[in-house]
Amino acid sequence: MSAHDKTLFIEEVTVSFDGFKALNNLTLRIEPGELRCIIGPNGAGKTTMMDVVTGKTRPDSGTVRFGAKLNLLGMSEPEIAQAGIGRKFQKPTVFEQLTVFENLELALAGNKSFLHTLFARTTPAQQNRIYQVLEIIALEEHHGSEGRILSHGQKQWLEIGMLLMQEPELLLVDEPVAGMTPQEIERTAELLQSLAGEHSVVVVEHDMDFVRSIAKRVTVLHEGRVIAEGNMDQVQNDPRVIEVYLGA
Amino acid sequence: MPQYTLWISARKDSGTRWFLGALALVVIVVPILNQVVSPASAFHLSAYGLTLVGKYLCYALLALSVDLIWGYCGILSLGQAAFFSLGGYAMGMYLMREIGPRGVYGDPVLPDFMVFLNWKSLPWFWHGFNHFPFALLMMMLAPGALALAFGWLAFRSRVTGVYLSIITQALTYALMLAFFRNDMGFGGNNGFTDFKDILGFDLHSDKVRVVLLVITAGTLAASYLACRMIVASRAGRVIRAIRDAESRTRFLGYRVESYKLWVFVFSAVLAGIAGALYVPQIGIINPSEFSPINSIETVIWVAVGGRGTLYGAALGAVLVNYAKTYFTSAFPEAWYYGLGALFIFVTLFLPRGIIGLFTGRVKKQGATARQLRIQAERTERSRE
Repeated sequence: MSAHDKTLFIEEVTVSFDGFKALNNLTLRIEPGELRCIIGPNGAGKTTMMDVVTGKTRPDSGTVRFGAKLNLLGMSEPEIAQAGIGRKFQKPTVFEQLTVFENLELALAGNKSFLHTLFARTTPAQQNRIYQVLEIIALEEHHGSEGRILSHGQKQWLEIGMLLMQEPELLLVDEPVAGMTPQEIERTAELLQSLAGEHSVVVVEHDMDFVRSIAKRVTVLHEGRVIAEGNMDQVQNDPRVIEVYLGA
Repeated sequence: MPQYTLWISARKDSGTRWFLGALALVVIVVPILNQVVSPASAFHLSAYGLTLVGKYLCYALLALSVDLIWGYCGILSLGQAAFFSLGGYAMGMYLMREIGPRGVYGDPVLPDFMVFLNWKSLPWFWHGFNHFPFALLMMMLAPGALALAFGWLAFRSRVTGVYLSIITQALTYALMLAFFRNDMGFGGNNGFTDFKDILGFDLHSDKVRVVLLVITAGTLAASYLACRMIVASRAGRVIRAIRDAESRTRFLGYRVESYKLWVFVFSAVLAGIAGALYVPQIGIINPSEFSPINSIETVIWVAVGGRGTLYGAALGAVLVNYAKTYFTSAFPEAWYYGLGALFIFVTLFLPRGIIGLFTGRVKKQGATARQLRIQAERTERSRE
């Protein structure tokens, strides 16, 4: 049962950089509450797809809608974030000079205008929520440490924690397990699986074992378009996928 | 309530205590040394000394404005000299109108330089400056409006980093060239000088200068607390977040441009107030105040004192300018070399400035103080 009912529609989206088509008529649909993995070789357009959805890159053509009403292409990055789409970057990006607690606090959902935050106080309910998330991402002990002293894996989790604070309906997670130890990877898999259902989650990942461990549905991108979609076994046995990955 | 807790936390912050304490000391000691101690005594502070202290305090306020925008928001604005000068010119226009018929040419309305240029009537933008409240408003409005227009265009186009520094520098330079022109109506390269009085009080009297100094110190303290309130608020943490990871902040749903604009405008207004306080004490304002070197010097003060602390910026402004006062009379031609070397030295060996030498440990405690309070509150709640 999903907490929201918005489907992400990406329809016939094309993005080109100096003639190179990073996305080529890409059509993709993410159902509410779904956990979708997107794989593909380097340059397949995975990150560009996230850039388009979050408003960082404007496509040359096509439409991107979230639910029936929201046209994401007309919105700025903060507007899209406020509309319930959170994003984790490929390279973990946390606020290095702020404490873990403060990192999560800034990600709190709510009014984010200057005049509001100038006088905002973190309410007890919000504090509890922050500690709840700290528990989920196993950084309780580090709540007072500055972001910069965290390990790579901890930064990845902190960033996922920041996504949770935003209470997004859709999470876009770019390479969540890069640089993690096997134990950390296992925990991350559990975490992402627990998020699905309540949130829609899109994971871009290179680590095939990880994808196999979490994915129900996998989409394979190649040269900016979808070449296969289905469960892991179907996708792995698709001749076109084999060709792309193993080389012709 | 939030203001109240911020005030409490400001009082607990040792840097703030030192800073406000030092300012209070200046406000008490300087008037005594000037007014009470007899001129024959070695401890007497001359009118010259009084003016110097006043100047340092104005520069400290200017440095505060640079630290807010650069140290906390990461925007290296080289336009602060322009905002400072605009505030100064607004004050200068009032002081010129205040001269009235006592000018050399004795025109009851037109300042001397206009009579000299054969102008028959006051340009439109000079109207109203005979009223002090209006001039006071313009001292803040002129730099603020320029920062608003300029910042809106620059931040919206996502001009950042060194490019923003360069265009703010270009803005300052363009204004300098414009103010050098006689037909701009701001006295050309001579600017404004020969002021007589402010609100009827003689600017050449030591008593009036002492009052101006006390007002400057008070304004500096109030501005400091306002800046402290901003940086200690959640908005302040968003500003630092923008400095360290701008696009992350954007994807969290913050309108980065709007935050930058608020801080930029506020910082410009502070710089304008600094300029307005500077002019009656120094007694002159001319286009050389728009020199790009002034903005750069201010950046050096902040770097030397320690950016991102506020009080460090003020300390740096006072120390570097004290050194400048001394060295420009002792070794005039060596000063800029010395200043350049100082900047390189500080960048290489003291990235956190002079303040960084003292606060390594203190800062760490400060970072967790709020956390400890929040934790204590939580434990208390869970007990209930």
